[in-house]
Amino acid sequence: MRRTPLATHDLALVAVFAALVAVLGAPGYISVSGLSAPITLQTLGVMLTGSVLGARRAPLAVLTFLALVAAGLPLLAGGRGGLSMFTGPTGGFLVGWLVGAAVIGWLVEHRPSRFGLGWVALANLVGGIAVVYAFGVPWMSWAATDLSLSAAWAASIVYLPGDLIKVAVTTVIAGGLLRGYPTAMPVQHRVRRDRDSVAG
Amino acid sequence: MLLGLYVPGNSPLHRRRAGTKLAVLGVLLGVMGVFRTAEVVTGGFVALTALTLLSGVGLRTMLAQLRPLLWFAVFVGAFQIWLSGPRQAALAVGFLLVSVGLAALVTLTTRTQELLDCMVSGLRPLRRLGVDPERAALTMSLTIRSIPVLLELSQDVQQARRARGAERSLRAFAVPLLIRTVRHADRVGEALAARGVDDP
Repeated sequence: MRRTPLATHDLALVAVFAALVAVLGAPGYISVSGLSAPITLQTLGVMLTGSVLGARRAPLAVLTFLALVAAGLPLLAGGRGGLSMFTGPTGGFLVGWLVGAAVIGWLVEHRPSRFGLGWVALANLVGGIAVVYAFGVPWMSWAATDLSLSAAWAASIVYLPGDLIKVAVTTVIAGGLLRGYPTAMPVQHRVRRDRDSVAG
Repeated sequence: MLLGLYVPGNSPLHRRRAGTKLAVLGVLLGVMGVFRTAEVVTGGFVALTALTLLSGVGLRTMLAQLRPLLWFAVFVGAFQIWLSGPRQAALAVGFLLVSVGLAALVTLTTRTQELLDCMVSGLRPLRRLGVDPERAALTMSLTIRSIPVLLELSQDVQQARRARGAERSLRAFAVPLLIRTVRHADRVGEALAARGVDDP
């Protein structure tokens, strides 16, 4: 199946959202006040990317970000990066981000009209948590040589409360974006596709 | 502005081409992953130590790359000792260290730009699937350029939040940041179009 390359404006969105994911991982610049422990907002970036860019552009943005990480730029939270992030025990979570962003985007694009922001929350629970852990946990169990799945779960579960908060935050922010910049959300996507089919 | 993890040097490892190093890494990790016996993991550990010394990046740099593994390695080690004995624990921890260490060695001895170029040329066979390697390269450079822009945006937004007396509100930070991010992408898209980067 041949797919047409991205339109120029889409290319810009993909590049800028890849940068957003990187910036949200820089704790020195973004402090979530009110919390004593530093929390990384990188997963928030992935969820926002999925919710705003949709099923096609969102995974491309995450892929661009991951390519820069793999090339050796220290863009992951805590100034980490390089190929070892992918071969190590948490590499599955990075792959999960990629698939998760696509799933979030697809779900948000296919929002039934009777649902509102609750659907965005659901999409992020499925794509941003279920999918990400579905890749991350088995990978961890494999990388650690016969670590049982339940033990790999135990090692990952500490991040779950933070991820749940991020889903809530993503939903609120998506609502804000919808009000402040209505054309930015993928609902717009369907309109655009209709226009294309008319033109074609 | 953005510094990669590359450590300059002129060792035999530095002089090999990025593609060669990636291929060797892939084969080594593949073999190790499939045949995870004590002999193979020991061999990998000896190779990692020898290559680290040969590369001249220094043991300290390598240990810094392995450091994020510390808590996980302790967890896995303790779990395996308890479940299957010290031999299995050493194997599991050894495999973790070697798979992360070898990948880190490639990152430390290869320039970020060279790895990026290598990825872009790896995309060439996908051209017939509609992938455009040049546009992928353009997207990655745009992302690198956008990171400092978004960092500045995020600082502006944080100051605005403080001025409004809403320091503790994540929403007063993230919604404006996201809206400005989308606007920035719009401007980047226009700038690209003005420079003749057309829709394909």
